Amino acid sequence: MKQTSQLMDGSNLSPMPPDLNPKAKYRRVLFYKFMRNKTALIGGILIILFIFITIFGSIIAPYDPYTQDIINKLQGPSSDHWFGTDNFGRDIFSRVIHGTSITLFIGFSSVILGATVGVLLGIISGYYGGRIDSIIMRLMDVLLAFPGILLALAIVTILGGSTMNVVYAVAISSIPVFARVVRGSTLSVKKLEYIDAMKALGASDIRIIFKHIFPNITSPLIVQATLYIATAILSASGLSFLGLGAQPPDPEWGAMLSDGRSYLYNAPHVALFPGLAIVVVVLAFNMLGDGLRDAFDPKTKE
Amino acid sequence: MQNQKVLLKVTNLKQYFPIKGGILGRTVNHVKAVDDISFKVYEGETLSIVGESGCGKSTTGRAILRLDEPSGGQVEFRGEDLLSFSKKKMNAIRKEMQIIFQDPYASINPRQTVRQILTEALEIQNVVPKKERGNRVIELLETVGLGTHQADRMPHVFSGGQRQRIGIARALSVNPKLIVADEAVSALDVSIQAQVINLLTKLQREFKLTYIFISHDLGVVRHISDRIIVMYVGKIVEIADKKSLFENPKHPYTRALLSAIPSTDIDNRPQRIILKGDVPSPIDPPKGCRFHTRCPFATELCRQEEPSLRQTNLMLDGHKAACHHIEEIEAGTHQPSPLTVS
Repeated sequence: MKQTSQLMDGSNLSPMPPDLNPKAKYRRVLFYKFMRNKTALIGGILIILFIFITIFGSIIAPYDPYTQDIINKLQGPSSDHWFGTDNFGRDIFSRVIHGTSITLFIGFSSVILGATVGVLLGIISGYYGGRIDSIIMRLMDVLLAFPGILLALAIVTILGGSTMNVVYAVAISSIPVFARVVRGSTLSVKKLEYIDAMKALGASDIRIIFKHIFPNITSPLIVQATLYIATAILSASGLSFLGLGAQPPDPEWGAMLSDGRSYLYNAPHVALFPGLAIVVVVLAFNMLGDGLRDAFDPKTKE
Repeated sequence: MQNQKVLLKVTNLKQYFPIKGGILGRTVNHVKAVDDISFKVYEGETLSIVGESGCGKSTTGRAILRLDEPSGGQVEFRGEDLLSFSKKKMNAIRKEMQIIFQDPYASINPRQTVRQILTEALEIQNVVPKKERGNRVIELLETVGLGTHQADRMPHVFSGGQRQRIGIARALSVNPKLIVADEAVSALDVSIQAQVINLLTKLQREFKLTYIFISHDLGVVRHISDRIIVMYVGKIVEIADKKSLFENPKHPYTRALLSAIPSTDIDNRPQRIILKGDVPSPIDPPKGCRFHTRCPFATELCRQEEPSLRQTNLMLDGHKAACHHIEEIEAGTHQPSPLTVS
């Protein structure tokens, strides 16, 4: 960790209290670098906001997202209905707010699922190499050969349309992405002499993999995971838009977008607001991911 | 030397790394990093292996510890063939032999404190009971000259020399008999080099360690070794005790190497032998003597026939060189081609 020690000299960094233990100091440097990156900061704040909305959604939302009010259908934005109402007269603002939890759930859980499997495969592939590596990576290549959304589409078609199946589908299509990133990092960490030192001490493969390789490949993994949440949300919305994801009347943004499609000319707000929500969430995760990448990159000191 | 006990015996050790090529990824050739070498290491001695980069000296060290699986030969440790050991049995005997690495920045996990590094080493080999591990860590730190207050620091706050001490403490933690020091001081400043070398010598006396000291620095080697092996493109070209090697080198390559040691004696500067050409590739080493492409004494015989390690009556016991023309060169009847000497 030559870079870390360079980065640690701290002379040209913002004021830092001395006498911190090094681990905390390292985190602090990461934090400063991150805070200085305005785009990433906005992304992070937006995500915290969305998480907040998820937790307190039922309190914030002025109406029940499922209650229909046919008389007031397709109303434009007003003080009563901030985002207007849809073709059943349901309050779009409340539906968008309730949809946040579904969207974040799909994003996080599919990435956690996909990353877990991908990390395992990637580490095994990179660490053992040889035939095991060839077999795993060729399998990953097969998965990667399909465009992500197409693969997810195929899987959902087989499993049937539901929110949970979308999670599985997106998770499966994310496995090769994580496997590749992790394999690459594993290959570079594996060559370091401290891995040989552990081998010379007689450490088991499991100990080496989990205690010495995994902790040293987390940076690229966190970045990849953050960026992939955005992709996962987009894929999931796409699937729901096609009617293969969350089923009505669930207030899933992709499905709402699909509902609004028919009224695009007369009542564009029905499609506009869920669409906007998707854009903002995806953008936020991308900004955060990019910012984290820069913060973890020892070459960017500014 | 002969009456000492043999700790490690390496016989016909070969390390070929396959080169994959083509669409099918078949093995198209091999890098013959170490090609059929044999030597013995006696208990309590320091055996140095010197040579240019790429001559196979580090590969030899790694092969002995089975960090890379050797392609052939035997490595006998106290009479037992290590290469026949199962992975489990091998891991158990690893506490007898340890390694110190070249790069102090890459050789310790940046995410563990010194205490964690040492405790883990003790834990893996279970050399001391759990309750005593804490004390043992402190003891180890003191042995290698680190302060006990530094136990809970992360590696990146330490300097290169201090990190190397951590590496040494880790190697020592399991009470090994044999330590392979793979360019252990090459990455350090000269002043720090001296400190670490003195530490290594002190530890050797204290714990009766045997060292295989791999280095390209002849000055350091001269200071620390009992015996020296000179390697060239995967082969041993000369093996001798320190005195014989430095005062009575027999192989033309050894002479060239020794003539490259800088001297401060202006009036009595030794003749510098500058070798022409580059080190040949270990993928396709030259036929006959591997040094013939650069040797000022090369003859047709050298191009055809590979010399084996032999001893002439001008050499002390245990001193061997792999050259066809030892006698002629010594007698002065075989002169080098003039272009190669400056």
